[in-house]
Amino acid sequence: MGFLSFKPDTGMPLRKLPSGSFTVDSAGNIVSSTVATAFPAAQVSRIARLVLQTFERGHEAGYPFAELIINFAAFKLNARELRGGAIIFVSPQKRAS
Amino acid sequence: MYQEILGQMPSRPEVVTASSGARAIALLESEAFTLMVTDLNMPKMDGLQVLSIVRRKYPQLRIVVLTSVMDEQFRSRSYAMGVDLFWQKPSTMEEIKLFIDCIESLLDREEQESGFRGVQSKSLVDLIQLECLSRTSTTLRITNGNLEGKIWIRDGDVVDAATGAMTDTAAFKEILCWKTGSFEILPPDDSRPRRIHDSYQGLLLETAQAIDEGQYQQAVSNSATPGVATLASPLIALSRVPGIEFLIAVPDDQSRDADSWAAENVPATAAWMREVVEQFRKLGDELQAGQLLSLEFHGQQRQLTCAPGTKSHLLAGWNRNLPTEELRENLKTLTSKWAS
Repeated sequence: MGFLSFKPDTGMPLRKLPSGSFTVDSAGNIVSSTVATAFPAAQVSRIARLVLQTFERGHEAGYPFAELIINFAAFKLNARELRGGAIIFVSPQKRAS
Repeated sequence: MYQEILGQMPSRPEVVTASSGARAIALLESEAFTLMVTDLNMPKMDGLQVLSIVRRKYPQLRIVVLTSVMDEQFRSRSYAMGVDLFWQKPSTMEEIKLFIDCIESLLDREEQESGFRGVQSKSLVDLIQLECLSRTSTTLRITNGNLEGKIWIRDGDVVDAATGAMTDTAAFKEILCWKTGSFEILPPDDSRPRRIHDSYQGLLLETAQAIDEGQYQQAVSNSATPGVATLASPLIALSRVPGIEFLIAVPDDQSRDADSWAAENVPATAAWMREVVEQFRKLGDELQAGQLLSLEFHGQQRQLTCAPGTKSHLLAGWNRNLPTEELRENLKTLTSKWAS
């Protein structure tokens, strides 16, 4: 039986999950955002591109849809199509311990 | 300091320390450990990154987060990523003692689970028989991935069961059909009304017969034409969930055919869903957002849901007029049946 422990250290700052909403146009540009600036803009763009791609591929596969809800254990993403772009709501999930 | 404190615990565990997350992962690869204690603030690789890697690679390892970070979000995320305990660094002798007691209890539980009470050596049927034979009162909480079920036992009788929207005998049979999972023994709940009046022997016998029949049907199904649900396909049973219009079981392995019920254009739809699940799982890993639980697609023509699994994902098409809340309740039932 073993037991593993780390030395406490204050190194890398922990990054919080994003919370807020942002809109993206059909070209993938972020138009407006209420997500804290501490959350990297590149990650916001990454989420936006993935959402647009998912809407687009859904249409191609014959399943046009206007709203997408993705549930992770600790995070929720809700996106609604908006004239070729999208409005995306993101928030951490509350989970009882 | 913690190494010294932990080394003095009554069970005298062997304590190994690592100076970084990468070093810890390397240690875990080189030898077997029972329990890991980690901070969240660490150099180079932060604690959440370590948790995400370790939980995926070593699902049986007990993990305790010991940190001075007391943000509610990080506590929730840590639990969502599957840690067993989240502890603020103790500052008094009393807190240190409590912490040590918790660690000792986790190590004890590990020892018990590898023996008499373990899911590895005892099936759920064995466990229920033991509880009933010893005429005890207890509540069993069983988890199987995202699914959770409870079985209430009072004075050796099974009095109720629940999972998702199901209760009583149906829930009991559903839970016993789960092939893997873990359980926890909770204190008895005397306030739970009795909904099951059959003897536990009868219940177990009926369930065993149902499982045997299911395995027979699965064998018949596997030998039939791939991609089309036969009369024996498990998708037929799932299609009885209210609101379902079609079902596709999408294998994670793209070289395998998808099984389907009442679906059109199955190969293209399966390929699309496989790609969507893969992409969002990658995003989840990047954000350290925990396991991908479900995907919902709402449109004017229809509503789709996907329950991602380890080997296959269940894509369901739902009646477009089904209210969202009802859809989510039915999805829980569908996922529960699918898991079994």
